[in-house]
Amino acid sequence: MSDTASQDKQKRHWDKTRNLTILVLVIWVIFGFILPWNAKALNAASFLGFPLGYYFCVQGSLIVFVALIWFQNWRQDQIDDELGVD
Amino acid sequence: MQGKFTENLGKVYGMYTLGFLGFFILMAILEQLGAGARMIGVLFLLFTIAIYALIGWLSRTTQVDEYYVAGREVPALYNGMATAADWMSGASFVALAGGIYFGGYPYLGFVVGWTGGYVLVNSLMAPYLRKFGCYTVPDFIGTRYGGNTARLCAVIILVVASFTYVTAQINASGTIAARALGIPFEIGVWLGIAGILVCSMLGGMRGVTWTQVAQYIVLIIAYLVPVIWMSNKQGFGIIPHFSYGDAVNKISGFEAQYGLEAAKEGVKGLKVLTTPHNAPAGGFDSWKFVTLAFCMMTGTASLPHILMRYFTTPSVRAARKSVGWSLLFIFLLYFTAPALATLTKLQLLDPSLPTAVIGKSIADVQALEWVKNWSAVGMLSVVDQSGDGIVQLNEFFMRPDIVVLATPEIAGLPYVISGLVAAGGMAAAMSTADGLLLAIANALSHDLYYKIIDPAADTKKRLVVARILLVGIGVLGALVASLKLTGILGAVAWAFCFAASGLFIPLVLGIWWKRANTQGAIAGMALGFLSGTLYLYLIYTGTMDTWWGIDGLRFAVIGMPVSLISMVVVSLMTPEPSQELQDMVDQTRMPGGKAILDRAH
Repeated sequence: MSDTASQDKQKRHWDKTRNLTILVLVIWVIFGFILPWNAKALNAASFLGFPLGYYFCVQGSLIVFVALIWFQNWRQDQIDDELGVD
Repeated sequence: MQGKFTENLGKVYGMYTLGFLGFFILMAILEQLGAGARMIGVLFLLFTIAIYALIGWLSRTTQVDEYYVAGREVPALYNGMATAADWMSGASFVALAGGIYFGGYPYLGFVVGWTGGYVLVNSLMAPYLRKFGCYTVPDFIGTRYGGNTARLCAVIILVVASFTYVTAQINASGTIAARALGIPFEIGVWLGIAGILVCSMLGGMRGVTWTQVAQYIVLIIAYLVPVIWMSNKQGFGIIPHFSYGDAVNKISGFEAQYGLEAAKEGVKGLKVLTTPHNAPAGGFDSWKFVTLAFCMMTGTASLPHILMRYFTTPSVRAARKSVGWSLLFIFLLYFTAPALATLTKLQLLDPSLPTAVIGKSIADVQALEWVKNWSAVGMLSVVDQSGDGIVQLNEFFMRPDIVVLATPEIAGLPYVISGLVAAGGMAAAMSTADGLLLAIANALSHDLYYKIIDPAADTKKRLVVARILLVGIGVLGALVASLKLTGILGAVAWAFCFAASGLFIPLVLGIWWKRANTQGAIAGMALGFLSGTLYLYLIYTGTMDTWWGIDGLRFAVIGMPVSLISMVVVSLMTPEPSQELQDMVDQTRMPGGKAILDRAH
């Protein structure tokens, strides 16, 4: 493979990786900071019998974090395979 | 068994788990036959520590890459378990539920922070550091930024953060050993450090990895079994995690009924319940939650003993995958702790439950077996300060970190459960202490001794130095721990803030910003770390009031912005890194291909 082609591939790979990372971090901010910040307001609602704000702090956000990492890895594997860089 | 050890992991650890459960049943039978509580506690600790020591001895090695990175052959699933044990310290195991019990909403910042940090580990750090092929975190800093000054800064921050943390772990292992074996704390500490060193000294990272997997299995069984047993016995549901919402609401009702008042007269070291279980006030309360979560998250992503676990996987893809496993295994404990705290509190508060103590007569409560036991060691106290003969909420004093240990006794479970919990707490404290000691000793032996002082040293000499440092630091840690300087949790939070202040920004920018150069990294590490430490010193000594509630748990909120700004400004004021270094960053970002550093370096 020529040098420019490999550089181009590298650039596309990094662009996709970076965009995926930004998406992941946005979701992380929502569940790690924005929802817990608003726990008081969210507590007015109820989920599975829990006050909603409390639920996010003890369970909801945690489940999202686990799912988020597995999602990111699944998508990153796709990106790596698609561009054949692994 | 045929083939290599790593090909038989499922079989080996499956048998080990069954063996441990068999041992648990044997202890239960012994208890029924009349064996005393003390004897069961002793057997639990000695049996589990003997197993860890055996694994440590079997994993002994003379290879550099086995000693530093377990030969890079740890499959993702097992590295996930090892990381979970490495991560969940005595503080998580022993103190987290107690913290939730007494701390209410602001404390939940720990729960969110200590799980959400793994999103940062996965997206910003682990895959890239694995690709780099370093042995230690300062190894990355030293190679990426070049020069011994940057490497040395990273070593210093690593040592300060990890040493703060490890004394808390040795302290925890000493406390547990002392209580279970009935020996003085000062002797318990030395027993703890002996067990810790046996696991790590002979096999380095390899020994620590395989003992940590074994320790995870013990600690997660020890955490989940009592909670689920208690829940079934007290009628809170088969698996309480999804159904304790009602208990949260009930507790709010009881708090209003009894009133959350400060004690008339405090008891030293013990607390009464004054913070509501679930009443976020918004505004400043939210700010405290979010800053705490932020410091714990960034600290997670910069603590070297965690990052170095991802150096041991066979590939970049496996490193990512093992972050996913790590958080899943950690999650199992973290979503149980709030359930435990809530249900234990309800059992004490709800007069319709047989376990209730609040609102009962003082004489009856003082006669309860578990109240007597814990009062005898000064960790619990029921005093009739109002003189009405009834236990009020502000007359029930407890040390926060006994919530986990006392729950089985409160719920009236057999003593065998308490023995199990002691073994779990010991596993948690030992596994974290091992990871931390190794992180410190490896940084000193690889980065300071080999890379800076004596690059000509041969393999044998390097490993001898590494082991001498390990033992030396372990002994020093035990000496400091026996002085009992801070509580378990205070010291843990400090470690996170030290690491985040000094290391987070240089690590992230080293991968994500090609323009970052040596001078910038040195400025970022030094100024971030020093400003955070200075702030901590000023508020700790009372020279200065805290700014916007930023206390000793969250001083990375000061250190990190300083680190970011100084690193960016200094980098831009000085020449950009060489083309060669920038190409190296490009290579680090690609998951495939050769590692940046050689297999043995």
